[in-house]
Amino acid sequence: MVLDENIRVAFTALRANLMRSVLTALGIIIGVAAVIAVVSIVQGLQHMITGQLENVGATFIQVVPKQEFGGPGMVQHQVRLTWEDGQAILQHVRNVGLITPQIFGQTEVKYRDRQHKPFVLGVNSDWPDVNKFNVDRGRFFSRLDLERRAKVAVVGTSVVDDLKVREPIGAEIYVGNTPVTIIGVMEKKGRALGFDYDDMVFVPFDSALNIFGRRAADQVQLQLQATTSESVDQVKDDIKRLLRERHHIVGETPDDFQVMVQNELISIYSKILGGVTAVVGAIVGVALLVGGIGIMNIMLVSVTERTREIGIRKSVGARRKDILVQFLIEAVTLALIGGVIGIALGYGAGVLAVKLIPGDFPAAHVPLWAVAIAFGFCSLVGIVFGIYPASKAAKLDPIEALRYE
Amino acid sequence: MSLIELRNVRKIYEVGTELVHALDGVDLDVQRGEYLAIMGASGSGKSTLMNLLGCLDTPSEGSYHLNGNAVESMDDEELAGIRNKEIGFVFQTFNLLARTTALQNVELPLVYGGMGRAERHKKAADALARVGLADRARHMPNELSGGQRQRVAIARALVNDPSILLADEPTGNLDSATSEDIMVLFDQLHRGGNTVVLVTHEPDIADHASRKVLLRDGKVVSDTRREG
Repeated sequence: MVLDENIRVAFTALRANLMRSVLTALGIIIGVAAVIAVVSIVQGLQHMITGQLENVGATFIQVVPKQEFGGPGMVQHQVRLTWEDGQAILQHVRNVGLITPQIFGQTEVKYRDRQHKPFVLGVNSDWPDVNKFNVDRGRFFSRLDLERRAKVAVVGTSVVDDLKVREPIGAEIYVGNTPVTIIGVMEKKGRALGFDYDDMVFVPFDSALNIFGRRAADQVQLQLQATTSESVDQVKDDIKRLLRERHHIVGETPDDFQVMVQNELISIYSKILGGVTAVVGAIVGVALLVGGIGIMNIMLVSVTERTREIGIRKSVGARRKDILVQFLIEAVTLALIGGVIGIALGYGAGVLAVKLIPGDFPAAHVPLWAVAIAFGFCSLVGIVFGIYPASKAAKLDPIEALRYE
Repeated sequence: MSLIELRNVRKIYEVGTELVHALDGVDLDVQRGEYLAIMGASGSGKSTLMNLLGCLDTPSEGSYHLNGNAVESMDDEELAGIRNKEIGFVFQTFNLLARTTALQNVELPLVYGGMGRAERHKKAADALARVGLADRARHMPNELSGGQRQRVAIARALVNDPSILLADEPTGNLDSATSEDIMVLFDQLHRGGNTVVLVTHEPDIADHASRKVLLRDGKVVSDTRREG
């Protein structure tokens, strides 16, 4: 029997019992909607995180102080990570190309009568190259600026907008109580995970120590670039050895710092997101099973109700195969309609969830493979749970079927 | 060679522990172009005979040749093919598919015969025109009167140019005026060269046929021909 005729018959039959069809498809709808909603959110997150991390490159390494909190009665170990550590790394560790310290805090910034509270970062001249985040206008501060302790700053576009600085290059602003001259404006980066990368003010590391106080020098983050991606592991190991030595950590005592490489950061996020996806996958599996049983149930009812129709079809020459295919297509159509509605609802839910989450959350993103898998599974569910009712229909005796009231 | 050739056909059913001989050695020959009525009381075996003639069932014993094909040894698939090509059923209760237009109902045998869409539409429209319903092609069965529904059913039976038109109490659900119209249609189809087999218990319906076969207890008890 021709496929288009079968599909027409399937739609006619499903439309005739519209409410029943929709209710039956509900299991599938919920299952597919759940998977698409979560996948869309997770994929959006992953998209953004890997995008950000990949941006700084595979050779990006970050060293941060690790706060160790002892149990009750134990004194907290005083963690120190300083720019002197950073300079030692640059001096003693092979294959380190660029390195910058980084300290930051939210500080008041003033321009004429305008005030604003952006993130102020104290870094050195390598920061743009280490982070692959460059100036758009003007220039970043140079080694010479650092040596001369020049009172300069580089600002993000949000800061320029907020302070209403018409001509930013050369403008004088106050960071805390320190007057500085703007020498550059960063390229626009946008927001991610609630953080505005354009709402930042960069000042030379030493100026930042003046602003945040000398104690800040003990809690420095170090960001560096290894010269090649092959040398990342060696650089990481050497930094660990060097810092343990410098911090007098011996034996089994754990590190008081943490060396993170970009690949590890990506894999940590991926593990978390992968776990979320797996749990949702299991839930969806159950939902699809329940949905499939619903479809089988309603198809059995449909076969019984349409016994006479089956008899008529057989009397005019339908073979078993024709009847089997007809009811299978009906079951698959039912499952696929559930799938389509589910995908639409799931995407809608994903978009809505992203809107409802406060702050900046990456846009929901439904990859094509998820849609393809959703459709594949729906077809599979339709076939698996439709085959029994369909074969029951196909095996009906035409005489009995024609006599059925 | 006869169109229909039944030789010593028996159909035995098992009802509980008892064996019921619904047909008990029937011999019957029907020639192409005949107009035959099979009559008998309820329980006489005429429904069983009709199911056998219509290839919905096979005999327990004996042989049935339809148009030269040995039906008694066919499997389900082959029987379906024979029903599709050789038999046109007309039922007492019309048996049209609901929510399906008159045209689509008539197309049904062609669909299972594997005919393409355009050719199917054309043949089905022609068949509807032959029963005088060309203007009702797009109507659903529930928008048609009883007589019109039976005409659609007859068009469906005719559409594949079958060897036999097999009608089971075709007027049983119709009033007498409409019944007469339907029987006039059968008479016309017969004059047009179709082989018509009526199964009925109503003598005035059977009177339209030129040959009457009377069944009782699974046996043919009389077989009479009317001249002219």
